[in-house]
Amino acid sequence: MKRTGAQILWECLVREGVTEVFGYPGGAILPAYDAMLDYPIRHTLVRHEQGATHMADGYARASGKVGVAIATSGPGATNMVTGIATAMLDSSPIVCITGQVGSRLIGTDAFQEIDITGITLPVTKHNYLVTSAQDVARTVREAFMIAKSGRPGPVLIDITKDAQQASCEFEWETAAPVVPGWREAPPLGRAELARAAELIRTAERPVILAGHGVTISGAEPALRAFAERANIPIAATLLGIGGFPASHSLNLGMMGMHGEAWVNLAIQEADLLIACGMRFDDRVTGNLKTYAPHAKKIHIEIDPSEINKNVRVDVALVADLRDVLERLVPLTEPGHRQAWFDRIAGYKGDSAVRDIQSLPDDGHLYAAHVINDLWRATRSQDTIVVTDVGQHQMWEAQYYHHENPRSLITSGGLGTMGFAVPAAIGAKRARPEAEVWAVVGDGGFQMTMCELATAVQDAINIKVAIINNGYLGMVRQWQEFFYERRYAATPLSGPDFVKLADAFGIRSRAVSTRSDVLSAIADATAHEGPVVIDFRVEQEDTVYPMVPAGADLHAMIRRPNPIVETAAD
Amino acid sequence: MKLHTFTVYVEDRPGVLNRVASLFRRRGFNIQSLSVGHSETAGVSRMTVVVETDDSGAARIKAHVYKLINVVRVEDITDRPSVVRDLALIKVSANHQNRAAVMQLANVFHARVVDVAPESLVVEMVGSEAKIDGLLEVLRPYGVLEMVRTGRVAMARGSGAGVAAGGGRFLPEAEEGFSYSV
Ligand SMILES: Cc1ncc(C[n+]2csc(CCOP(=O)(O)OP(=O)(O)O)c2C)c(N)n1
Ligand SMILES: [Mg+2]
Repeated sequence: MKRTGAQILWECLVREGVTEVFGYPGGAILPAYDAMLDYPIRHTLVRHEQGATHMADGYARASGKVGVAIATSGPGATNMVTGIATAMLDSSPIVCITGQVGSRLIGTDAFQEIDITGITLPVTKHNYLVTSAQDVARTVREAFMIAKSGRPGPVLIDITKDAQQASCEFEWETAAPVVPGWREAPPLGRAELARAAELIRTAERPVILAGHGVTISGAEPALRAFAERANIPIAATLLGIGGFPASHSLNLGMMGMHGEAWVNLAIQEADLLIACGMRFDDRVTGNLKTYAPHAKKIHIEIDPSEINKNVRVDVALVADLRDVLERLVPLTEPGHRQAWFDRIAGYKGDSAVRDIQSLPDDGHLYAAHVINDLWRATRSQDTIVVTDVGQHQMWEAQYYHHENPRSLITSGGLGTMGFAVPAAIGAKRARPEAEVWAVVGDGGFQMTMCELATAVQDAINIKVAIINNGYLGMVRQWQEFFYERRYAATPLSGPDFVKLADAFGIRSRAVSTRSDVLSAIADATAHEGPVVIDFRVEQEDTVYPMVPAGADLHAMIRRPNPIVETAAD
Repeated sequence: MKLHTFTVYVEDRPGVLNRVASLFRRRGFNIQSLSVGHSETAGVSRMTVVVETDDSGAARIKAHVYKLINVVRVEDITDRPSVVRDLALIKVSANHQNRAAVMQLANVFHARVVDVAPESLVVEMVGSEAKIDGLLEVLRPYGVLEMVRTGRVAMARGSGAGVAAGGGRFLPEAEEGFSYSV
């Protein structure tokens, strides 16, 4: 059957199960856009191509499926780079399609020609330049295979305009991927498994470190079965949150720079770390020289290049996490570790007292309270929270207690401000039945707030909670601690967010006292359509605890202990 | 730290050399030499890459290179018995008075004179890098006008076959490489 390259593109996307794409048209991608109308695809018109990539990413993280973004050549393609890098650093499977100038013009600096495969080389798992219609089908199939397999990641397909326009024979079956270097994870050696099981059996103070890999491999039930059988507490990385229920008695909480004090202390005192689909990022280890000095380490990880990269491990199991955990369970004996749990309880010490939740109400609105109230108000429903990057992101991780996988979506590895609003739109497209909240700082919101127009035009029902502190708060916090409170370029003004939302045609409201928080959230939930709430919170608040960059993991700056007697109840 | 020699089989497609070279740069490894050419299998090129690093760096390089989709196979043959060669063309200043002396030196090193001009000679030498360095040292006093070297190419000794035998998929060698127990 003869088809144009553009038709083949959509034909293949549909066969790959794609129903939603996020994009922005332009000259070099016009043939593809024209053909799109004839296929069962819903297109969301973004306001900036960065938004399209974050939407595809949010879609992928909410659903576990591949997200698709599409843009034109030149500036359309370069606008995607930040979103592609965000997906790369967080192992999120997206496929980005860009138009390219005609193949005869390549290399001539033609209008809107840019070497996007060159530019994205280090931030994609793989990328392609397609110059002939014959190659479209195989390339799309390869791209999906690569994006979602092993350690997932972004794949970019740059298609020249003539390749979109030309016609050729199309047959899905014969366009099978040709990837001679393709490898699935190698089979796991019994010996390694046995060694891991032995370390687990003899450990007295083990901790499981749960990362993004838990959710990526669908290992949540296996992790739970393993942890419960071996009776081992679990600490989560930022992206590991949701992989294990927050309310479970074995859950310790988040580790790392803004992790809970007792979690970091437990890691430092542990005699065994079982790292599950995490990569010992500097934000979770602190100073590597003093990291978990007493612990043997088992690393379960599908990407061999992560093994011994930051931390030397004693046993490495390079395979799919779920597979490994399922095979470990029968090798594991029930663990009795009361002494260890008692010791961890001791690390909690006065943490509860220092917690901002215990502070007497001083009439101020604190971000932590807003987020904790949001959790109270939405916990019983199917809710996804998508955060931006900054203080509010860390408070979300600390004060919203996630029970379910894929219920927190956040930019971890790249820390991309501007992620929340578009990623929330993508998440809502993936899970329309879920309530999707974007929790975003006043800084990050102003980076991609144009996507509110997208939400309105396409009737995408997201709720936006702006944690408005009048600062680039996280940077201000570093200035407070490490730069003598010299607030260079961190005080931040903004428009009146209520009026702004109003101008977009979005229901909105400002909240500046705690007593209004719950009713504002209830209002937002009840409204069928996007809502913006401007939470005007305490301006110079600080995220505690904090491990300064490069410091020992146990060297945390703690929130000062408040007046103990008022907090005792 | 020592020089590690990697042989890398890659799909013969545009941009693949860039992908491999760029990976070394981005991961902070400095390539000492790199040579590319055809392998025994059509459609597959073979690179020899030399990098100065320690053993854990070499293990990481191998794992990172493996992740490139166009890489079919990678081996670190540093500690395996192997044949390692470099080819050099050296243009030496030489006139009718000292030409014979230069040619004699070349002879001692089993190098060949491949071009003779009134004021210069081109000497070709194939050998280990150290041998070529030795020749270069004795030629320098005469005046080295120009030199080009291919960089190291290497092949493990013995009957182990190239990429064709393994077909590139699920190579047993790869599995061995992925087993990281320490
Ligand atoms: C695109 C981008 N630019 C700069 C930064 C550096 N940065 C990290 S947190 C932060 C402040 C964020 O401010 P805001 O969005 O208001 O959130 P807050 O910390 O106040 O909650 C900045 C500037 C970043 N992470 N991303
Ligand atoms: Mg702010």
